[in-house]
Amino acid sequence: MIIAQQKPVKDIAAMISDCNKVLFVGCAGCVTVCLAGGEKETEILASSLRIMRKLEHKPIETVTFTATRQCDPEYIVALDNMVQEVDAIVSLACGVGVQYLAERFKDKWVVPALDTKFIGGATEHGVWEEKCGLCGDCVLHLTGGICPIIRCSKSILNGPCGGSQYGKCEISKDVDCAWQLIYDRMTALGKLDKLMEIQPPKDWTKSRDGGPRRAVREDVMIG
Amino acid sequence: MPCSGTIDHRVILHAFEDGADGVFVAGCMEGDCHFLKGNIRGKKRVQYVKQILDEIGFGSERVEFFNLSAAQGQRFAEIVKEMTERIMQLGPNPLTSNPDGKEGGIA
Amino acid sequence: MKTESKLQQILDNGQFGVTAEIGPPKHSSSEGMRHHAHMLKEHVDATNITDNQTAIVRLSSIAAGVHILDSGIEPIVQMTCRDRNRIAMQSDLMGAYSLGMRNVLCLSGDHQQFGNHPTSKNVYDVDSMQLIQLLRRMRDEKKFFSGEEIKEHEPRFFIGAVANPFADPFEYRVARLEKKVEAGAEFIQTQCIFDMERFERFMEMVRARGIDERVHILAGVTPLKGWRAAKYIQNNVSGMIVPEELVQRLKSAEDPKKEGVNICVEQIKYIKENIKGVHGVHIMAIAWEEVVPEIVERCGLYPRPKIN
Ligand code: SF4
Ligand code: SF4
Repeated sequence: MIIAQQKPVKDIAAMISDCNKVLFVGCAGCVTVCLAGGEKETEILASSLRIMRKLEHKPIETVTFTATRQCDPEYIVALDNMVQEVDAIVSLACGVGVQYLAERFKDKWVVPALDTKFIGGATEHGVWEEKCGLCGDCVLHLTGGICPIIRCSKSILNGPCGGSQYGKCEISKDVDCAWQLIYDRMTALGKLDKLMEIQPPKDWTKSRDGGPRRAVREDVMIG
Repeated sequence: MPCSGTIDHRVILHAFEDGADGVFVAGCMEGDCHFLKGNIRGKKRVQYVKQILDEIGFGSERVEFFNLSAAQGQRFAEIVKEMTERIMQLGPNPLTSNPDGKEGGIA
Repeated sequence: MKTESKLQQILDNGQFGVTAEIGPPKHSSSEGMRHHAHMLKEHVDATNITDNQTAIVRLSSIAAGVHILDSGIEPIVQMTCRDRNRIAMQSDLMGAYSLGMRNVLCLSGDHQQFGNHPTSKNVYDVDSMQLIQLLRRMRDEKKFFSGEEIKEHEPRFFIGAVANPFADPFEYRVARLEKKVEAGAEFIQTQCIFDMERFERFMEMVRARGIDERVHILAGVTPLKGWRAAKYIQNNVSGMIVPEELVQRLKSAEDPKKEGVNICVEQIKYIKENIKGVHGVHIMAIAWEEVVPEIVERCGLYPRPKIN
């Protein structure tokens, strides 16, 4: 899932400093699970901003709503009436949700409350870790199920580099070397010989490269 | 509340919005939680609210978490006294003493 | 495949090679580098020129190569994968060749967080293994990385790579070296050797796989100025091992600098006489270039062979 974290309240306050009535929109998808932009976080943020603005003698009125998913047009239709009377919309969704709102409500000032960080999962309650770099050409079958693109600090396809020591990456003693993990897993699987194949340079056209990527399933398209 | 672990961040924030001068949450002694870690969760949540209150300039002194058991009547009295003194020093909730402040709407 | 590299001729002739290292400055004057080059030129076969080492912005390694060449030493241009994508790499490689560079050393490069621009974005479009392969493709197949033909004047470098016997996983280090040789590396410079016992074990595995017969391995050594430097490397540089005895030896020395040189001379002699499969030595005298001639002479590696 997508992992996001809330921006400092002061930064969000600055984005809406000239607004008197603001709609806060949470999202019940990924950001609810990672405790960044669900119903509860939306209300906490709204309350915080009300207190802050009142202390500044510029009280603000807030409306809160949590959409099932902000990255789906059908779930933001419900906002149509609510947006009428507000000066701005603060989205607590990932960057996708913010853009869906901005696209639908063209004349409204739509701002992000979160920093969208990565896709990953929880390693324990309250801790999330990045697992996939969305490279568009998965190589996990070559690397024992451990992603070298995002878990190696240098995205090396023929690792490990010379900085790997005692299982840790050269950047920090707190970061596992992805290639040590790959080596260990391939050893356990008895597939070390696979690591002797030189992996060719990656085709980055399938990754972040020249405009937005698209995925199409024609069989489920309507019309 | 059945357990200090059920305290919600929003309840504390709303209490201040509604004019409370101070809030304290009392949980059982550490290690004595009927739900194992409820009091620790409650304490962490209060910590988080303190962080927010500091960040937005309201100040974190008006909210506190205390551990005490139901049998410690005297300790309770002490805590109440301590908290009351602290709040007296801080003065009234700045949101209510704010002369031109209007109540913000809550949806 | 023969190139115009003098280093290649020396190594291919079976002579024990000697290379050193010059780090470009954090400013735009060539004076210091030229000074060092003049100091070293009779005593080494070639010098590496580091490429923004430890991710600190320095004068370009290729531009530095021009100054070094002009001062009478053959440069080995280092190229990391950190700062350039494949377009910039090829462009710079052709540029370097046109300026007279004949040796390239391919490396991953230290992560940018160690340098003076930790907020920058790294590239790693290709990794060091792929860079070796791509250099081979340009030279041997006369093709750009993309496969497009290079119609004429393809860059013909003597291709080097690095190996770190002190990084982990230890056993895989030899396999990865072999992979680099498969990719097309023709000479290898190792990370600084302080733990001789580990290096010997490494070389044993290298010989067992016959890698030393397919590539020229130059053992990396570094003279240390004192125990603090040794301790620093021991504690702070990932992928290096400094045995405690070495720290102690420097600590108890009357003249630590002299002892540092002594140790380095002993190491080179030991490697040359006892470790089969090593074809040369790479002396990395970090900010201490002036000591290299003495080391080379004391190891009996002077004068250097003349190549025309
Ligand atoms: S290889 Fe690519 S698609 Fe697969 S996990 Fe890594 S980044 Fe994601
Ligand atoms: S130490 Fe490991 S994880 Fe870190 S950059 Fe090198 S290969 Fe990648």
